[in-house]
Amino acid sequence: MTDNVVYDLVALMLSASLINNVVLSQFLGLCPFLGVSKNTKTALGMGGACIFVITLASFVCSIIFKFVLNPLDLSYLQTIVFILVIAMLVQFVEMILKRYIVSLYNALGVYLPLITTNCAVLGVALNNVTDGYGILESTVCGFATAIGFTIAIVILAGLRERMEYNDIPAPFKGMPLVLLTSGLMAIAFSGFSALR
Amino acid sequence: MRREAKKGALGLRQNTPAERFFNGLITENPTLVLMIGMCPTLAVTSSAINGLGMGLATTFVLALSNAVIAMLRRVIPSTVRIPSFIVVIASFVTLAQLLMQAYVPTINKALGVYIPLIVVNCIIFGRAEAYASKHGMIPSFFDGIGMGIGFTCAITVIGLFRELIGAGTAFDIQILGEGTIFGGTVGAYLSLYQPISIFVQQAGAFFVLAFLIAAMNNIKLKVQKKKGDEET
Repeated sequence: MTDNVVYDLVALMLSASLINNVVLSQFLGLCPFLGVSKNTKTALGMGGACIFVITLASFVCSIIFKFVLNPLDLSYLQTIVFILVIAMLVQFVEMILKRYIVSLYNALGVYLPLITTNCAVLGVALNNVTDGYGILESTVCGFATAIGFTIAIVILAGLRERMEYNDIPAPFKGMPLVLLTSGLMAIAFSGFSALR
Repeated sequence: MRREAKKGALGLRQNTPAERFFNGLITENPTLVLMIGMCPTLAVTSSAINGLGMGLATTFVLALSNAVIAMLRRVIPSTVRIPSFIVVIASFVTLAQLLMQAYVPTINKALGVYIPLIVVNCIIFGRAEAYASKHGMIPSFFDGIGMGIGFTCAITVIGLFRELIGAGTAFDIQILGEGTIFGGTVGAYLSLYQPISIFVQQAGAFFVLAFLIAAMNNIKLKVQKKKGDEET
């Protein structure tokens, strides 16, 4: 029985992080993916902040859904409630980190406010509800999704660093090149669907 | 010169409904010029119908939330404006979601989680913050309509490209490939087309958008070069 649970969770993690990669196959969190991927260091910072917030947000949102919204039959309010919870959570995390874990705050600080508008956070919380995950599964799924986000953004940042001085046609400079690179990455990641 | 500066989009007088409309549609097109709201742009454009549905839902939310925020702009204290805006936007998104569930269930199902995710679409929050919180209700409403229609046009075009190249259809009508609606010689040629299915998959979204933006950049560069030539 326990083995089975562990096996299921590992499968869930694999699926959430690689097979259904949040950026490249579900298109969530594209704004930071395209915006904050100029170099690997900031990409790692953003990834770290995302892992932290998405895991926490999935946990809190699934608790609220299970113990407040579902029993009161208010599930149609989930969008409003979740976005407010996430916005508050981000502020709260920022304050806590600033006060108690200064080194982590210095590393992640600037990225935290940006995360409220990262649709991956809300997307994962809503998907967890749609897929009927429990609290443990939601948290694991959130964590794995964020790992997938980090993997994708760090790879893209690495590629962008390498391509910075390449000679490319003028109209493709900037965003089009980044989009083409992401497209190629999406093809590569679609190879993971064979794992299913 | 001073009079020039006061003119808005297309030389129309600023903050009139028409000026706002064309500003959103052309001058400051959210997708192709400002490049905001990328997630839905890429996610739901696997077909033109989906793009259109998403665009209209966004327009609905954008116009109404802009109007309400403009109406409340003197009541909301600026320190809590962000949560207040979020509540207004989220309410309209929920309304849009319920309406779509009731009247267009197939599109609602195809768009899935991206309908509630309109809440975090940067276009809506961006317009609330940049325009509606500083202007009156009527121009804000038309600003929302213009931005929304601009967004709708852009994502419908992307959807159309992807659908046509990837599946040979446009708005679910078979144009290219086997079973084309055209008869005769033209139809015989069109039916030879082999759909490139990668374009309806995720990677295709990135490619089509990349080429659209590159095409726009190309036009911009040519215009700039022409201007430079004229000056020298």
